[in-house]
This record gives sequence, C-alpha cells and structure tokens, in this order.
Amino acid sequence: MTWSEMWPELNTAGLDTLYMVWWSTVYAVLAGLPLGVLLVLTDRGGQLQNIVVNKTVGAVVNIGRSLPFIILIVALIPFSRFVVGTSIGPTAAVVALAIGATPFFARLVETAIREVDGGLVEAVQSMGGGTWTIVFKVLLPQALPSLIAGLTTTIITLISYSAMAGAVGGGGLGNLAIVNGYQRSDDRLMLVTVVLLVVVVTIVQFIGDVVVRIIGRRTGTVPAGSSWLRRRGPRKPIAELAPRPAAEVAPGDGPTASARAGTG
Amino acid sequence: MITTTGLTKVYRSRGREVTALDGVDLHVREGEVFGVVGQSGAGKSTLIRCVNLLERPSSGTVTVAGTDLTALAGNGQRANAALRRARSRIGMVFQHFNLLSSRTVQGNVELPLEILGVSGKERSRKAIELLGLVGLADKAKSYPAQLSGGQKQRVGIARALAGDPKVLLSDEATSALDPETTRSILQLLRDLNQQLGLTVLLITHEMDVVKTVCDSAALMKDGRVVETGTVSEVLATPGSELARELFPVGGEASGADRTVVDVTFLGETASQPVISQLSRTYNIDISILGAAMDTVGGRQVGRMRIELPGPFEENVVPIGFLREQGLNVEIAPTGTVPTAAGAAALAPAAALVKEGAK
Repeated sequence: MTWSEMWPELNTAGLDTLYMVWWSTVYAVLAGLPLGVLLVLTDRGGQLQNIVVNKTVGAVVNIGRSLPFIILIVALIPFSRFVVGTSIGPTAAVVALAIGATPFFARLVETAIREVDGGLVEAVQSMGGGTWTIVFKVLLPQALPSLIAGLTTTIITLISYSAMAGAVGGGGLGNLAIVNGYQRSDDRLMLVTVVLLVVVVTIVQFIGDVVVRIIGRRTGTVPAGSSWLRRRGPRKPIAELAPRPAAEVAPGDGPTASARAGTG
Repeated sequence: MITTTGLTKVYRSRGREVTALDGVDLHVREGEVFGVVGQSGAGKSTLIRCVNLLERPSSGTVTVAGTDLTALAGNGQRANAALRRARSRIGMVFQHFNLLSSRTVQGNVELPLEILGVSGKERSRKAIELLGLVGLADKAKSYPAQLSGGQKQRVGIARALAGDPKVLLSDEATSALDPETTRSILQLLRDLNQQLGLTVLLITHEMDVVKTVCDSAALMKDGRVVETGTVSEVLATPGSELARELFPVGGEASGADRTVVDVTFLGETASQPVISQLSRTYNIDISILGAAMDTVGGRQVGRMRIELPGPFEENVVPIGFLREQGLNVEIAPTGTVPTAAGAAALAPAAALVKEGAK
C-alpha cells in the first residue's frame, strides 16, 4: 500500500478510534464513578454500610473485570443490538467498550477514594455534614488527582481494547493494524499504525500527568503513579520537608517563658 | 454545659469485648476549660468522640447545652438531621488538623457554613472574620500544605468556630505541635474562652496543657473517671492522684529510718518560708528530694518532696506544724516511687525548671 492509499484508511480508522474511545470513556465514567463511590460507602464502616449491596456490586465488578474483552464484546452482541439498534460498527463497539471499562474504572475510583484520610470524613461529620456532603465536598475533591490518574489509565486501556472492536466491525487503528497490517503482511502500514497508537497513548498520558501535576502542586499532594513528571516538578515547600514546623508566634504573644527553680 | 451520665462504650470484635468507657459521669460547667487527662488507652478519645456522637455510646446519655443528643440520635447508625444540626453547634478540633488539602484556608473555614446553608457572600465575610480572630487573615488564599503545624491548627480552630458554637471539643489539639506552638495555641484557646464565653472540653496526655489553660480537670483510667474537680480543688485534695500527675515530684529516701513527706503549696502559702521555719523551730535537717512549681490559674502552686530524719513516729510534731501552716501534707510510703510520672521527674532539672504560664 502506498502512502497516498494509506492516508484515507488511517484517517477513517483514527476517527473511529477517537469516536469509540471518547464515548466509551464518557459512559464508563458516568457509570463507574457512582459504582466506585458506592463500593466505598457500603463497605464495613462506611457511611451507608450495607454488606449485601457491597458484596453484590463487588462480585459484578469482579466478573466484569475477569472476562476477556474479546469474549465480552461477542457476548454483548445481542445487548448492543437492543441498546443502539445495531450489532456492528463503532457505535455497537462503544456499548461493549463502555461495559468493559466500567468495572475497571469503578475499582480505580474505589482505590482513589479509599486513600482519602478518614479524619477528614470525621471532621465533616463533626460539622453536621451528611453523606451527600461527605461525597461531594470531601471524598471526590480530595481524591481528584488520583481520579484523574485513574481516568488516564482507563482511557489508555480503552485505546488498547478498541483494537478488538474489529470483531464487531468497529474499525479503528488497532483493527487496521491487525487486519491490513498483520494479516495482509503490510509491514509498513502496521508500523505506521503502531507508531500512531504509541503517539496517541503518549499524548493522553502526558495530558493526564500534567493535570494531576497542576492539581497536586496546588494542594501539595501528588498521588502515586503519575510517572516521570514528578522528578521534574518543583520541590515541595520547605515547611513540609522540615521535621518540625517552623516556630510560629502569634501576634502579641511575647515570650512568656521564665525559668523558675524550686525552692531549696 | 456538657453532662454525661453513665456513659459506656463497649467494642465487640470477633467475640471479644473491650470496654472503652465504663460508666463515665462528667460535668463541664458553662464557660470553663475542662481538661481530661490520662494515658493512651484510658478512653479519653472515645469519651470526646461520644460527646458529639461521632461514636455511639453503648449506654448512657450525653447532654450538650441542654439538648440530650443521645435522645436525638435515635437508633440508626447514620446521623439524622436533628443530630447533624446539633453537631453543627459543637466545634471540634483534631490532633492532625483534618483540613481539606483540596481547598484554600478560606475554603476550609467556609465548609461548615456551606453545610449550614449560609449564602456565598456571608460565608466569605464570616470566614475572613474568623481567620482574623485566629491571626491568619493574610493566609486566606493559601492551601493547608503551605502552612506550618501551628497555623494549620489555627485554621482548624477558625473552622470549628464557624457555626458559632457554644462548645468546643479539642481532641489532642496540641499533641502534634512543638512546645512553643503548643503554648500559642493554648493561649488562643484561652482567649476564645474568655472573649466568646466558649466552653472548652479538651483531652490531652500532656499535663502542661492542663496547668496552662484548664479551670477543671478529670483523670481517666481504664475507661473510668477516677478523679475530677477544679484544678485548685484537686491540688488541695490530700492523696490526689491528679495532683501527683500534674506536679510529679520524685526522689527516694536516702536511707532507712527517714520520713518522706510530700508538701503541696497553694496560693499565699507558696510564698511563706515554711521549710526554713520548720527547720529552725524543731532544729532538724531537711533535705529536698524533688520539687516543682508553677502558676496555675494565676496562683502559685508548688509541690515538694522533703525528707526528715527519723521514722514517722518521731516526726509527728513537725508534720503537724506543716499542716498548721495550711499546707497539704502527705506521707509518702518509704522506698517506693508513687507513680510512673514521679519516676520520670527524677531528672531534676526537668522537674525543677518549669515555664510559667501567663
């Protein structure tokens, strides 16, 4: 295949990939975020402790995560037809991708929220805050850097999953690499496609890291797993590195210490 | 202002029962600073967390500002609206500050106001005012990560005051701070107590905190309150364990056939030259084994452990003389150190040199 033949192919496949990844990410976040929050809240000691709900949701999430994606995508063909009216094409693939990524993202949300210090929840409870306040004013804002990092991972996983969307005629870059590049032994096309995928993944990871870094720099909290940018970032404020906070004197709080010895 | 009756908390885990609180009756008067002291595991933390029902007591009642919180709460684990409303009138500060790192200092102080449904403009006005009160008006736009420990605790205090509470609970608020910062935070609590008429219930394992700010104190051991009263009452009580914890004096008898006596000076008696009078009157040699002096609530208070020659029978008259001078005198059992804290005070310099509180 010549370059001029390749461009239209790459163009279509790239747009298909973007289409599938974008919409499946949107749905995975819409479904995965509440599920992840629910997993934390209903767990033992949570605000809405309910072991039955917790175990049920946990089991569903685990099943969703353990199925190989290629099997999930085939198994979901009837469901896709029911939801979007067709079982082939990128739109059908979005259904399977979203369902495959939801439990994945839900677990990442759960882990991110569990990292939030329980003392903060307690503080808000002591102010009279309810569950709603705890979720929206404490858990989600405090976990935001970790949530963004999890979102980045989810998007990259979806890019990789979308290669298998070819099974239902979903198209996309991954499918182009497999069908036209690998199966038809067009090494050049395969190379170009793979390089393109690497570039896309790198860009997504970079943007994710930058966002995490910006939030983290502001709040002084950078979660684990936000890669190389940390090494380049500015140092933490001295106050944090010092073993003891700098002695602080209140206004009008002169030195009152006077040594007094016992009589004798 | 705060009354607990028969407060009991039993934790059950894997068939084992741990009694954290065992029938605690506590009474904190309006406008006073009340300190609960005790070693780790004595139940102090559980007690203060039961006062705003962060921890549900197994039995007993908690009444804050005339409202029976235990009756409000109902049976469910979740806090209902009535309990949440009551909690918003009780401020609480924490050992580890518990500030939201995702919000600015001002945002943190505004959080309780958001919960109370105060409008945006009023929220920021109130937050700025509170930050001024704790001396951090210039830090409103900073993030907690940029503050020192003492500043963080000031933000914690400002936040606790946002709901105009009558009562402030302090859970080891100074335990993560260095001594100098501790003093400035305690001074702030004292000022707030006096300016706003705030009732403060604080728990601490640091006896200095009690000496510096508390009007009253209670000593907890194994989930029970073993002693309680105003600080001067406690110091005037013969055999008071709390007084020994507050003013640990150590020192062993230098030999058999000696009488060791613990003397507590309070107020005007602290300035009388009692020991030298005793020595001259009875012509006996007195050695001082240990001593500690401090100012508590504006009064000079001291404890001293002295040794008189001869067994107790020979010293009945000199000891009677000390009692006549209005001193609180206890005979220490010879050859034993009364408390672990007493043993710690054997490092004489540390026990002798005390820093005066304003």
